[in-house]
Amino acid sequence: MNRKQKNKLAIIISIIIILSIAIGLVLYALKQNINLFYTPTQLVNTKVSPNQNVRLGGYVEKHSVHYDASGESVSFIVSDQFHSLPVSYHGVLPSLFREGQGVVMTGKLNSQNQFNASEVLAKHDEKYMPPVLAKELNKQSEKKS
Amino acid sequence: MNNFSMGGYGYYVWSAYFITLFVFGINLFPIFFEKIKIKKIIREHLLKKRL
Amino acid sequence: MWHWLNQKFLAPKSFYANSAKLIPWIALAFALCFSYGLFAGLFIAPADYQQGDGFRIIYVHVPSAFTAMAIYFSMAVFAVFTLVFRVKVAAIGMSCSAKIGAWFTFLALITGSIWGKPMWGTWWIWDARLTSVLILLFLYFGFIALQSVIPNQQTRDRAGALMAIVGVINLPIIHYSVIWWNTLHQGPTLSKFAKPSIAPAMLYPLLAMIAAFLLFYALTLLLRMRNQILLREINSQWVAELIHE
Repeated sequence: MNRKQKNKLAIIISIIIILSIAIGLVLYALKQNINLFYTPTQLVNTKVSPNQNVRLGGYVEKHSVHYDASGESVSFIVSDQFHSLPVSYHGVLPSLFREGQGVVMTGKLNSQNQFNASEVLAKHDEKYMPPVLAKELNKQSEKKS
Repeated sequence: MNNFSMGGYGYYVWSAYFITLFVFGINLFPIFFEKIKIKKIIREHLLKKRL
Repeated sequence: MWHWLNQKFLAPKSFYANSAKLIPWIALAFALCFSYGLFAGLFIAPADYQQGDGFRIIYVHVPSAFTAMAIYFSMAVFAVFTLVFRVKVAAIGMSCSAKIGAWFTFLALITGSIWGKPMWGTWWIWDARLTSVLILLFLYFGFIALQSVIPNQQTRDRAGALMAIVGVINLPIIHYSVIWWNTLHQGPTLSKFAKPSIAPAMLYPLLAMIAAFLLFYALTLLLRMRNQILLREINSQWVAELIHE
């Protein structure tokens, strides 16, 4: 590489560094807006008005899902290990809705800290395995506990 | 071998694969037609240059 | 060494001749990987414990998303060679990559959407991952639009190269979006530093498909570049000889 080429390369690298710092700062400042949902802990600590639509995300607590007599309304508890919130929802659930799985909901939090969801989306994890293996893993974890 | 209904997800799975094949096709085959066209352009260009 | 490389591979004429020898092998490797990946992904890999057979969309979604990002990265590498070393074929490679990259980004978004509807319950959500991939598609569109409005070849190459380099910042944002922010999209399954969280029987077709998509990019890139080389070297002696053969 001759001198001219070295200079050009240095300019390109500094452009990339300066731009990434600038964009990094912008994204950091906008962090709360880019986050898709509040976790239960964040939602409890944030003051939201009962009429405001917010997104809540967390795990459906095991053995907390209850369907009403008509089967159209469902209630369950969403938690993030530190806080949990009761959720009620009227409508169709996505097929991946399970106890112990992640969900993201849109709805309103009332003054009694109950969440009325108008939309429930399932968040699946990055693990893929055949059912036989999943059963095996389940057995092992039950033995341990 | 499993069946083609894909356990109720058939419409989703097959349409995803179908669109994939479509994108592959539309990316590959027009290149050959383009080559014919470009060779024709060059031929005409060379002819003009000679005149 | 640099001079030798330039003469042997990077001069348009020798690139045209050498790429012709390479293409059949790439095509063969692609055909092998793609046919195995398609068949194994659809019929041999076991169904997922949560998503059943619906998870098979992974075999077209993940490779197209990966390839879309890899193509943008390769465009940035071509851009550096264009700006710093003035390599002619690098500028051609950069221009030819943009269309392929845009198609693969489109494919990643569409297949992701088809996956999202049955699994999440929605076709689209404005979370950080989906939005940043949409921005990648707009970067490709922006690149194509920028190059199409500049008439002068050299200006077009340089402006495009600068845009490709600036846009490369979006790639780490796409990759880390699921870690930095909370999103509906799940975290990465394949990570360089960790054991993949996918069973081996499901992993091999996925790796074959990723290889197939990358090989398809290489194949169509070379074919497109050869066309463009002919057009750009329209006044050179070797092109005239080639046409009259």
